[in-house]
Amino acid sequence: MAPVLDIQHLRKTFGDFIAVDTLNFQVEDGSFFSILGPSGCGKTTLLRMIAGFQQPTEGKLLIRGRDMSRVPPNRRPVNLVFQNLALFPMMNVRENIAFGLKRQGVGAPEISRRVDSLLERVHLSGYGNKDISQLSGGQKQRVAIARSLVLEPSLLLLDEPLGALDLKLREQMKIELKKLQADVGTTFMYITHDQSEALVMSDRVAVMHNGRFEQIDTPRNLYSNPATRFVAGFVGETNILPVRASSSAPLQVQTSFGLMLRATPVGNCQSDTLDLFIRPESIILTPAESHEDINLFPLTVQNILFDGSNTKLLATVGQSDHELLVALPQNQQFAHIGKGDTVPAGVHVDSCRCYPRGGS
Amino acid sequence: MKNHFRLGLFIFITPVLLWLLLLIIVPHVELLLMSLHGKDDMGRTVWTLANYRNFFTEEIYWYTFVRTALYAVIVTILTFLVTFPVAFYITKIVSPRLSGFLTVLLLMPFWVSELVRVYGWMILLRESGVINHLLTSAGLLDAPVEMLYNDITMLMGLVYTSMLFMVVPLISSLEGMDDSLIEAAHDLGASPMTIFYRIIIPYAAPGITSGSIVVFMLALGNYLTPKLMGGKNSLWFTEQIYNEFIASFNWNQGAAFGFLLLALSSLIIWAGLKISKQQLGKALS
Ligand SMILES: Nc1ncnc2c1ncn2[C@@H]1O[C@H](COP(=O)(O)OP(=O)(O)O)[C@@H](O)[C@H]1O
Ligand SMILES: [Mg+2]
Repeated sequence: MAPVLDIQHLRKTFGDFIAVDTLNFQVEDGSFFSILGPSGCGKTTLLRMIAGFQQPTEGKLLIRGRDMSRVPPNRRPVNLVFQNLALFPMMNVRENIAFGLKRQGVGAPEISRRVDSLLERVHLSGYGNKDISQLSGGQKQRVAIARSLVLEPSLLLLDEPLGALDLKLREQMKIELKKLQADVGTTFMYITHDQSEALVMSDRVAVMHNGRFEQIDTPRNLYSNPATRFVAGFVGETNILPVRASSSAPLQVQTSFGLMLRATPVGNCQSDTLDLFIRPESIILTPAESHEDINLFPLTVQNILFDGSNTKLLATVGQSDHELLVALPQNQQFAHIGKGDTVPAGVHVDSCRCYPRGGS
Repeated sequence: MKNHFRLGLFIFITPVLLWLLLLIIVPHVELLLMSLHGKDDMGRTVWTLANYRNFFTEEIYWYTFVRTALYAVIVTILTFLVTFPVAFYITKIVSPRLSGFLTVLLLMPFWVSELVRVYGWMILLRESGVINHLLTSAGLLDAPVEMLYNDITMLMGLVYTSMLFMVVPLISSLEGMDDSLIEAAHDLGASPMTIFYRIIIPYAAPGITSGSIVVFMLALGNYLTPKLMGGKNSLWFTEQIYNEFIASFNWNQGAAFGFLLLALSSLIIWAGLKISKQQLGKALS
């Protein structure tokens, strides 16, 4: 069976500016696919091309194997949940959700049945006759999604739908959206600049940067195996250290404050100015064994950032002034550590990932 | 503290109340009393409803009124049809910077008084006017024709005079409309026609309502344009009132007509609101 969405050599330019740069990818049926990238990288432009509001400069866009280049937005089997929701303020909740079905000429009893079943799905039963202005942010969100889902599209496009919500609600909606997608089985294509949203909800994530995809992978791989310097820096928290390569094969690098480390090169590491990436949780305090694959160094605690189970340390290597972020294990093992203490620390060679400086 | 507040409120509100009382309420009460008086056979002033009865028994009076009201409704509809595309173009199609400029351009003619504008039209349209001159010298017309003093010209003049009062509320209501509503409707399967009827018109409804009320009232109460562009045949109800006051010197009758105009036009607006399911409060807020 053809993938739901098949994008071939898709490009979009505004004058000289390349907003979307020659993309090739497929989205599988029933999956939760996210596009993660900083704002301005071309996410919305890509989504609007899929929905039909913008014409590609070059390339092809197939939905279930059908070429979409001549199909207007109102005839595409995709629906878009807008960044600002765009609910119709002059209609109530029920009329908003029924709008698309009416356009398809579905009969009134059938409309009523389908709207009710969807209202229940998004936990809004009984809200049908409320005005849009009477709803909370999260409820509006769900109406907007219901309004699109009721049409049973091949592909549901969501443009940063949680952006306007406050943090607590966003956490809650993340889980709800993931459940909803699993429940209805519709393919979701979700756009966000928030890496946690993408990682939590998606089956696959594409990391976008300057109109290009840097990597398309599962959230786990993206986090533990970033393919480029950009992905390593954008996805998840990390320590970035500018280093010089002192020997290659095996790679050995020296940080600006003089620490020698063995590291794993990713990509083309021929140049001798590199960037070293170390995740906060891969720095192990007082490592039990001293294996040859583990880099050892002393850390001096400068600050403790207490945040419950997510507590971290800011520490320097010896007396240098480059601070490293170190995650504390969840057990209370290091509860006694205080400012100014010096602790031995280690990090595995595989967790010291080096990328070429500058370019991607 | 509280007393200070009271005093301040009092100082601010007094001129408003005085203005309302002296310039609006008192004259109207005076007119109302006048409309309920008449002369009996002996020439004495007595209370009577005869002035109101005359309106319904004399055919020419209510015929003029019906004609005026009908034309005012037509003017309102025509004004809407002319200004809506303009308002839509200014708010939704051109870039925001240009739209401000175009709005100013649109309002410019209304900085001159209505009288001057109507005279402008007369210079263009009269028998010896600019348009006739151009058409005859181009050989399109053998002899100049009189384009003034007919109903079509009068309606055109009224539409022109009223445009401002329709286009401003339309622009302000369309301006508040998020473009993504149109895209969302399109995305959900609506055709451009459906988007117009189901999204744009309902969204602009309060603006359309308030614009229509103002245009209707102004057209109904207009004296200058029907008089100058419609000529003797214009049969506008305000001319009837003017005639009673000035020509016949029958102030009692004129006052009664004034009140009838007020009551009947309010009735028409009320009916219009009921039919279009609009609320006055919403339209004016
Ligand atoms: N209609 C347009 N004309 C010119 N430039 C545009 C237009 N739409 C978007 N852009 C530019 O394209 C880039 C990508 O925009 P967008 O797709 O909205 O990014 P994102 O959604 O990832 O934040 C931005 O730099 C933006 O300025
Ligand atoms: Mg965007």
